[in-house]
Order: sequence, then structure tokens, then C-alpha cells
Amino acid sequence: MNRMIIVAALALATVLPAAAQDKMQLRIGTEGAYPPFNYFDSAGNLVGFDIDIAKALCDEMNAECTFVTQDWDGIIPALLANKFDAIIASMSMTPARDEIVDFTDKYYNTPPAIAVPKDSSLADASPESMADIILGAQSSTTHANYAEKFFPDTELRRYGTPEEYKLDLQSGRIDAAIDDSTVLSTWVNSEDGACCKILEVLKNDPIIHGPGAGIAVREEDTELKEKFNTAIAAIRANGVYKQINDKHFDIDVYGD
Amino acid sequence: MDDSLLGLLRFGPDGWGDELLAGLRITLLLALTTAPVGLVLGFCLALMRRSDNARLRVPATIFTTIFKGLPELITLFIVYYGLSMAIRWVLSFVTSVHIEISAFLAGVIALGAVSASFASEVFMGALNGINRGQVEAAEALGLGRWPILRKILIPQVMRLALPGLSNLWLVLLKDTALVSVIALPDLLRRTFIAVGSTKEPFFFFTVAIVIYFIISLVSMAILALLEARFSRGYAR
Amino acid sequence: MTEYLPPILAEYGDDLLDGFLVTIQLVGMSVAFGAIIGMGVAAARMSPRWWLKAFAWFYIGLFRGTPLLAQLFLIYYGLGQFSGLWRTLGLWNFLRDPFNCALLAFSLNTAAYQAEIFRGAILAVPEGQWEGARALGVGRRVAFMRVILPQAALLALRPFGNEIVLMIKGSAVASVVTVYDLLGETRLAYSDTFRFDVYFYAAALYLVLVETLRRLWDIFERRLTRHLDRERKEAVVDPAGQPVMS
Repeated sequence: MNRMIIVAALALATVLPAAAQDKMQLRIGTEGAYPPFNYFDSAGNLVGFDIDIAKALCDEMNAECTFVTQDWDGIIPALLANKFDAIIASMSMTPARDEIVDFTDKYYNTPPAIAVPKDSSLADASPESMADIILGAQSSTTHANYAEKFFPDTELRRYGTPEEYKLDLQSGRIDAAIDDSTVLSTWVNSEDGACCKILEVLKNDPIIHGPGAGIAVREEDTELKEKFNTAIAAIRANGVYKQINDKHFDIDVYGD
Repeated sequence: MDDSLLGLLRFGPDGWGDELLAGLRITLLLALTTAPVGLVLGFCLALMRRSDNARLRVPATIFTTIFKGLPELITLFIVYYGLSMAIRWVLSFVTSVHIEISAFLAGVIALGAVSASFASEVFMGALNGINRGQVEAAEALGLGRWPILRKILIPQVMRLALPGLSNLWLVLLKDTALVSVIALPDLLRRTFIAVGSTKEPFFFFTVAIVIYFIISLVSMAILALLEARFSRGYAR
Repeated sequence: MTEYLPPILAEYGDDLLDGFLVTIQLVGMSVAFGAIIGMGVAAARMSPRWWLKAFAWFYIGLFRGTPLLAQLFLIYYGLGQFSGLWRTLGLWNFLRDPFNCALLAFSLNTAAYQAEIFRGAILAVPEGQWEGARALGVGRRVAFMRVILPQAALLALRPFGNEIVLMIKGSAVASVVTVYDLLGETRLAYSDTFRFDVYFYAAALYLVLVETLRRLWDIFERRLTRHLDRERKEAVVDPAGQPVMS
């Protein structure tokens, strides 16, 4: 049986020689379900801030990049399982993740926020007002961790994708949702998110959120990490970063 | 433009018809790739489980017990994440070649193992249904093991096993939907994408269910023809 | 005690056990509700009225011919779309809860399989039993309740046990709609720690549950059907060994 599996794997799996070709070949893992950072537009193209940043970094590193989409809750295991070489998907550099993967310098940092239906009776996002409500978050995110720590009396539901908590917030199955402030404000300002509004923008917690969003690579790929760091510094310096930022947002998402 | 719900099923950039069709293609491709794996492996497992040799019988029995008992979804997670990591770890000692287990391949391996386990059960039943005297008679005529298997056992086993195997095919078709959870863009996952973008879950999940129902009905019609064909010699 | 456990179980063992209980609860309730609905569907399937028969055929075919996950999505997200309507009807408190949605989907699903088991068992009781009852002057209703049904119930035991096993396995999809059953808790523990071995412990728990049930059921079934010969018992179809529709 084991032999059969290996034979089948060899026959069907993509076999990629590690030997470098002329241009560095990189597979970038992203989620493709996290607008406005990385998502599919209606024509089926992968777009968003993360994607533009990734393309700019690849240009800077003279690398040929292909994108692989992967569900969020399996994205680190997939990196470890070598389904791609780096994660560029708005991943917060938390201490827990840092134990398993290696992070580059940050490429942006925005605070979390809470969204509620427009007719919600919630006055604010204090732990007292949030007690006894049902709060939705994407699983394996800093936002879920934040909710656990700061809203201990709130029932937390965890979803595989933001799409799922949005559907449930719309139907009223959950009373509020927590996610990145940019993600939620883009959503409530679109036709899709007309049901809902931002209740409050929260403060980053340094222990939970770490220094912001970075690019994750496998721990042994230190060379790749250094290349990314050099490239991030370069696009910050040469104005490409600002160009991409202004294309997507009217605020500066890099933070201080 | 047609703004009704059915208009959402248009083909082209503003409708979801072509996306759903592409998903259906992957669903069928996955089922059609997995079925032969389950069939061949299931037959081997059945022979092993009937063997007098404990070194064949015991591992085959353990294998089928595990994959018949585990939820398909957990098998899928273990193959998709675990097997990739295991292969990477093993290969890291011998070579720098990367082998990646795609969601599709994970689906073939996991669902193949599950359907092989159930198929072995069906084949065991069919093998039991064949009179032992037939094998003895063939041996008396001097036929070797391989000709006996190919000319006497397999044709009869297929006839006896076909109803059970038909059912396994229908189970397999339905189980492919689980692979959507590990990001294979099959029919169900594409439906979910359409739901996310249109906010019409009731309509799109109904469409998906109707499509699955139609494939099941068509499969049953084809399998009924096959069964009639295989039992031709037995019609009264 | 905890120091002897693998670290992941010391930390998440209680959660896994909670999930295990949710799985048992979900399956137990679904199978029970499914049996009630399933008897109704079986009766409709065997009814002389064509429209009842057609409805039952369609119901059984639909639920057995399509993926449980798709059915669950239709009930959870599809019905959720009309939350305003359910609020007016007073049903939203029920449908709002993911556990209830899973319970509804699983009950309707297993009812279709159980209906076929019940029908198969009733048809497997030999015709002579009906004739014998009639010869003794027993009416059809009494004959069915006192003669046919007890025998059919015995014949249905084995496929019914198989259906419970299939339901335990199938129930794992509930984790996809935020029900924290055994697989749901496992995925949570995994996403917190990225320790893959937690899947193996969950797999072991599922196997223990399924194998224990299978073995106990086997003993139970063999005791109750001691007096029947093997051929009769096997006359009844098994959900895993029979075409979706017949």
C-alpha cells in the first residue's frame, strides 16, 4: 500500500527541481478571500494590495512569481508542506506564528475593528457591552485571539473565510464581527456590506498582533527572507509602495 | 440584461454558469480518477483479507477498519496536510526534490483509500458467492493461478459485485464535495464563491443540489444498463 | 495525571472530549428524529396513493443522491437568507443556532436512508406471515403491528446499526458551519498550535466510537436474532450495499 501511494504520488505530483534557473522561481501563497488585500475580482483575477505588493517585490528581486491560493486556516501548514515558498496574505507577525515560521519586516500595520448590523443596539465595543452577544471572527487570526483575550464573556464563532461571517452577520446569526479595520470599512462602504456599520476601531495589542503584517517563509529559508527585506526597503524608498498604497487606500496603511 | 435569479447562471464574465460548469468538470474528474484506484486497490485488499498468510491479512484488515471507520473529512485533512509533511520530511534525507500533494491528489488518495476499503467488502462478498468447486475444477484441468483469476474469478466477481460497486460510485460522487473544504475548486466550492459574491445562498445551493441530483440519476441509469449487460448470461 | 499525556492533549484534551460529546449528542438526536421522519417516509413510499409514493421517491432520491455537505449549506446559509421571515414566524431562534441547523440537515438526511431500511425490512418479512395472520382471522392493521412489525424490526437492526456508523462519520461536516463537534474542536486546537498530531488523537476517538458501537451492536443484534437463519437476515438491504433508489 505504502509503495502504491508513493508511486501514485510520483506519477501525479508536480515535481519541481530545486536547482535555480536563470530567474528565481517563487510560489507565493495567499488567501484570495480577504478584500481589499487579496481577493478575486468578478472576472476571476487575483487582485488587491497584497497582490500588488507581492508583484512589486518580485520585480524588485528579479523573481518570477506564481500565486497559489489556499484557505486561511491551512495556510501555514501549506507553507510547511512546501505548497509554496512564501505567504503574502496580510499575516500578522504574532509570537505564536513566529515559533513555526520566519517573518520578514512588516509591510503594513492597521488596527482591528468591530462591525455590527446598522440597527444594532450595541453602544460601544467595551467588554461589558459585548458580553452575552455572539461575535464572529475568522479562525486562526489575530482577531479571534484578540476577541478571546479582551471579550472573555462573549460567545466567539470562528469561520473559515471572511465571506462566511459576513453572510451570518447579514442574516443576524451573529451580532458582531471582528476583523481588520481596513477590511471591514471597505466592506461596509460597498454595496455588499450595506447591512452593516463599523461600531468601533480598536487598538492594536502588541502581544497579539505583533509588529504588523509581514511575509512568512519557512525557517530554513533565511536567504529568501533577507531578499524580501531588501526588496521591502527598496519599494518603500523608491515610491512604488506609496503608489500601490494610494491606488487602494486613502490612508497610509504602513503605520508608524 | 436579465436581472432575474436565473440570469445569474449566464455564461460569461457576469454570470456564474461557466464557473459552475468548470466546478462540475473537476467534481467528475476527481470521481472518475478515484474510482479505478478504489476498484483495483479494493480488489487487492479483498484478496489479501482472504489470504491464509497473516502478513497479508492483518495489514489489509487494519487498513480497511481504519478507512471504513474514520470520517472522510478527517482522512482528507490527514492526507492533505500530514502526508505532504511526511513526504517532505522523508525526502529531505535523500534529495532536494520537492513533491507537492495538490488538493486534487489528496482527494484521490483519501477518497481512493476509503472507497477501496468499502470495495474490498463488496469483493469479499462476491468472492464468497462463487462456488469453491469452480476453482478446484479449474485446478484439476491444470490451469495456473493467473488464468483462474482472470478467466474464472474476475468475470463472475464483477457480475456479483456490480450492484455494490454501483452504490460505491454514487457514494464517491457525493464524497467529492468534501474536497471543497481543502480548497479544490469543485462544484460545491465554486457554488460557495458564487454565494459570496451574489449573496444568494438559497438559490445557488439549490442549483448545486439539483446538479448533484442529476449526476446521480444519470449515473444510476448508466449503471442499470451495465448491470443488465453483465448478467445477460443469467437472464431467465 | 496530565503529566503523562502528550502536551497537546494536556492542553486540549478537555476540549476534544467536549467535542466528542457534541458529536454523540448530534448523532443520537439526528438518528432518533430521523427514525420518526423515516417511518413516515417509508409509509408514504409503500402507500397505494401515487402522489404519496412519488413524494417519498423524490425525498429519498434527493437526500441520498446529493452530498450531505451541500444539504447542510442549503439549510444553514440558504435558510439564513430569509432570517426576516423566520423571525416573523418565530422560527429564527431555532434556525439561528448552528447546532440546530446541523441537527435538521442530518435528521432529514438520515430519514431518507432509514426509510429505505424500514421498507426493505418490511418487504423482507415473508408473505406467508400475512397469509397466516389472515387465516387466523386477524385484521390487516393488527397483523402489521403484531406480526409483521416485530419481525421487520429485528431484520432492520443490522442495517440500522450501519446507518448510525455512517451518521457518526458524516456528522464531521458540522464543523464546517461552526459547530464545535469532535472535528470542530480538533481544527480549533490545530489552528491554535499547528500541532498536527491532534488530528491523530481525534481520528483515534472516532475509530474507538465507531468500533465500539459496531461491536456492541453486533452482539446485541446476534442475541436478538438468534432464532433467524442467516439467509433471512441478509435479505434486508444495507444502506451501504444498495443502490440509492430502487
